[in-house]
Order: sequence, then structure tokens, then C-alpha cells
Amino acid sequence: MSAEMYKEYILQHYRRPRNHGTLEDADIIHEDDNPLCGDRVRVAVKIEDDRIADIRFQGKGCAISQASASIMTDKVKGKTLDEVKAIDTEEVLGWLRIPVSPMRVKCAMLGVKVLQAGIHQLEREQAESN
Amino acid sequence: MDAQAALDARRIKEDFPILARHVHGKPLVYLDNAATSQKPESVIRAIDNYYRMHNSNVHRSVHLLAEESSVAYEEARAKVARFVNARRSEEIVFTKGTTEAINLVARGWAMPRLQPGDEIVVTEIEHHSNLVPWHMVAKATGARLRPIPFDHQGLPQMDKLPEIINPRTRLVAVTHASNVLGTVMPVAEIVAAAKAQGALVLLDGAQSVPHLPVDVQALDIDFLAFSGHKMLGPTASGALWARYELLEEMEPVDGGGSMIRRVTLTESTYMDPPARFEAGTPPIAQAIGLGAAVDYLTSLGMDKVARHEQELTRLAYERLAAVEGITLYGPPPEHRVGVISFNLPEVHPHDLASLVDQEGVAIRAGHHCCMPLHDKLGVAATARASFYIYNTPEDVDALINALQAARKVFRP
Repeated sequence: MSAEMYKEYILQHYRRPRNHGTLEDADIIHEDDNPLCGDRVRVAVKIEDDRIADIRFQGKGCAISQASASIMTDKVKGKTLDEVKAIDTEEVLGWLRIPVSPMRVKCAMLGVKVLQAGIHQLEREQAESN
Repeated sequence: MDAQAALDARRIKEDFPILARHVHGKPLVYLDNAATSQKPESVIRAIDNYYRMHNSNVHRSVHLLAEESSVAYEEARAKVARFVNARRSEEIVFTKGTTEAINLVARGWAMPRLQPGDEIVVTEIEHHSNLVPWHMVAKATGARLRPIPFDHQGLPQMDKLPEIINPRTRLVAVTHASNVLGTVMPVAEIVAAAKAQGALVLLDGAQSVPHLPVDVQALDIDFLAFSGHKMLGPTASGALWARYELLEEMEPVDGGGSMIRRVTLTESTYMDPPARFEAGTPPIAQAIGLGAAVDYLTSLGMDKVARHEQELTRLAYERLAAVEGITLYGPPPEHRVGVISFNLPEVHPHDLASLVDQEGVAIRAGHHCCMPLHDKLGVAATARASFYIYNTPEDVDALINALQAARKVFRP
């Protein structure tokens, strides 16, 4: 079960993550860690017409958390903010196509949680300035 | 039996039903003993027997079951008291573990006494359970924390002691053995420094009482907190040992049944210790299970337990040190209990723990509730193997093989 968690394409995303780095003119920069294990992800997001126009991430942590964040950056491009906020565990596990053991689900969800928290923060700030 | 004979870990393994289990199709090799130990048949049977034959509340009713339960509960207290060489049984307060025991001292002893300017000495390597309660005391009283620093080897910098333990020190609350580095603290020197300043000493015995002979009178300490579930007992068992005079001075933390002498609608007076600190129905089955665990360890002999773990730790340390690129944290084996934390360069500890689990080997990965220590080590997480009486040299082989297998996944 757990060896299947480390499929070659997961390891590829871990070794050579997609959309790695940051964005100069980002609308959202948000960073957080998983307090239970210290894994960390930072996202930089460019938004146009309420959609994710571009996204970069940086991070530190286990293969599952970092590969999942890498895969997420491909999946969310072009999605509306509401669509991104609605992404749940089932959808993320669907992207990964590996059996994630229950104790490791929080690793898989880190990237999405950070992105969603960043969107919520942006919306709060916009609501306050209106 | 030959008093000098070594423990027969292979034979001991047979007393633990769970160790016959397979995980992921492989025989279980349990190396997460610093988190919790497995339970022998005798402990499981003691709990089972209690519920089948004696179950009743303690210290309340006069029927036979209540009497049997009360006697068994107090017998368990006496066993635990003898195990740490307490002067009397009443010096043992049952708790659900080390955390509750330390919090009891923090709230019952420290909170009502400490004042701004007072100092509590800890170390840089404490478990959160021996830091957070003192943070709370500091916040409430204005006292402050002074940590004893550690050197790069994972040993305390004892030359800093005269400055850190000073006339403002009221309490020295330190780990007896580290759950990450395995370091066994030089308790005698620390106690001497504390006594010279009139400060009390609390030892966090979570990683020492299960593994070493611990004698509270010989150590000349004031408080000892430890967990039953790390020493073959059930979860939610543990104890605070304190000198009786100190328990008498302490305020109760929880109010309720069992801890009162007399209650009117407007006020209450409290029982003498230990009842004063055991409000409500206590964890009776757990205490009785802990008593059975103490019987098991006593029959092995704690000197032998310590020697077995020392030998196994030395072997594991040598074998791990030979793994290419590995980082081992903490001092050489002669300064530690059976806990070894490490990192491999190319595999994150969580991935490592998942992959060795696949080989049947249970280890821990994370910060092990020691964030300040991991900040000092400069890593977010480490992998940790920890040993107990049923672990064998073959278990060490299994660990090394599993590490090599995990490494292959990341470096095909």
C-alpha cells in the first residue's frame, strides 16, 4: 500500500516540481505549515477575472506534501476562485491516483489548504476595503 | 535464576500477543516504544479480569465488589510506590500520564506560590509536556523560564549551571531521559545545584522510569512524573510521585467527589493526599493494569532491563552509524537510553516512516513534541527508533534492511 504511494510520477513531481518559485506581481502570497510535522508550502498566485491566471509554489517537506502541491499548481490554473475553494480531499486524492494512508492525508492536503487560506484572506481584505 | 543472566528478549516477545502480528504481510517489528510500549498478556488479563470479576467504583460502596476494587486499586498504588522506592504509598497520585502529573505540580504547587522574579529551570531538550505547563505558570505568575543549554553532542552544558540555577530559582523541572536524543541527564549534579539554592527538583521520568532503575530517595528529588503506558501498562495510566510534605502543601486542581472531607452548599474541605488530587471516579482498571505491568518489570529486574537496552542501543547505534550519509542526533550510546533519532539525506522522515512500515517496521517521524529542540537541530523533523525489553538484535537488522529498502525507492 505505502510503497504504491511512491509511484514514479509522484517522485518526479517531488524531485522536479512543476511551477516552482514565486511571482513578481502576485495577488496572493500565502505560506503555512502543518504544525504536526513542520511541512511547509508557500504559494504565489496571479488572479484575472476571478480565475487563477498563474501560480507558483515553494516548500519543504515530505514527498507526498510537495508532489501534491506540484500537481495542484497544474490542476488549479484557469479555475475560478469559488471552484478552488470547493476542492475537497476526494478531489485531491483523485489527482494523486495513489492510495494515501489515513495518517498521510494531511500531507497530501497541505498545498490546497494553503492556497484556499490565501484566497480566503484575499477576500477578507477585499471585503474590509469595500 | 542467575542474577547476572541477560534478558531473554526472544522469550519475552512471546508474552506480548501483538508482537505475533503481521503488518503489510511482514512480521511486526515494533520500534516506537518511546511513544508507547506494547502490553504483555499478564497486563491484558489483569484488566480483563477486573471487568469480568470485580468491576465497581472505589472508596464508596460497602458491597463485596466495591471492597475488592478498592483493595486492588490501593494495592496497585503500593506496587507503583515500591517500584520507584517511595517512602509510602500515599506519595503516589494516579494520573493519566506524565503530562497530567506535571500539570498537577504546575497548577497545584507552582501557580499559588511563584511570583514575578522567580525562575523555573528547564532544558533546551524538553518535551512540550514539560514546557507548556511552565509557560502557563510563567504567564500567570510573572515567573520566568531559564533553559539549560545543550552542546553539539547532545549533552547538557553543566558549566553553565552556576549561572542558570541561582537564588531566584524556585523549581528545576528537567527531563530525566530525552525522548529525542536519548540523553540521560546527570541528575545528581543538578539536584546538588538546586538544593544549594533551596529550589525543588521535578524529573520528567516518561523515558526513564520504564527503562532504568529509578529510586526517588537515592536521587533525592521532590517530584517525579511518569507514564504507565510507556512501561507496559494501559493508556491513561501514570503517576505523580512527590514527597508527602509537598503533596500536603499543594492545592487540589480538580474539585469533585472522592477528594473532599466535608461539603456544605457554600464550601468544602479536602481529603489528605493522594485522594485530594484524585477527584471523581479514577481510572481503576488502568491503575490495576499498571500494577500488573510493575509486577512484570519487577520480575525481570530493572537492572537487567537497563543492561539489555544498553547493549541493544549500542548495537543499533553502531549499525545505524554505518549507514551511508545518515545523521544521528544525540550523544554516544553510553550516555543514552534506547532512543535514537536520525535522518537520511534524500528521504524525508515521514516518507521514511511510511516506507519502513511497509517492511513491518514501526518507527516514529516528526518533531516528537520537541519543537524547540528541532529548531536547535535545524530540522523540522527526525525519524526515531526506540527500543524495549522485547526488542532483539534481529529487530535492529530489520530496521537497517528497511532503511536500505526505503532509500532504494528514492534513489533507484
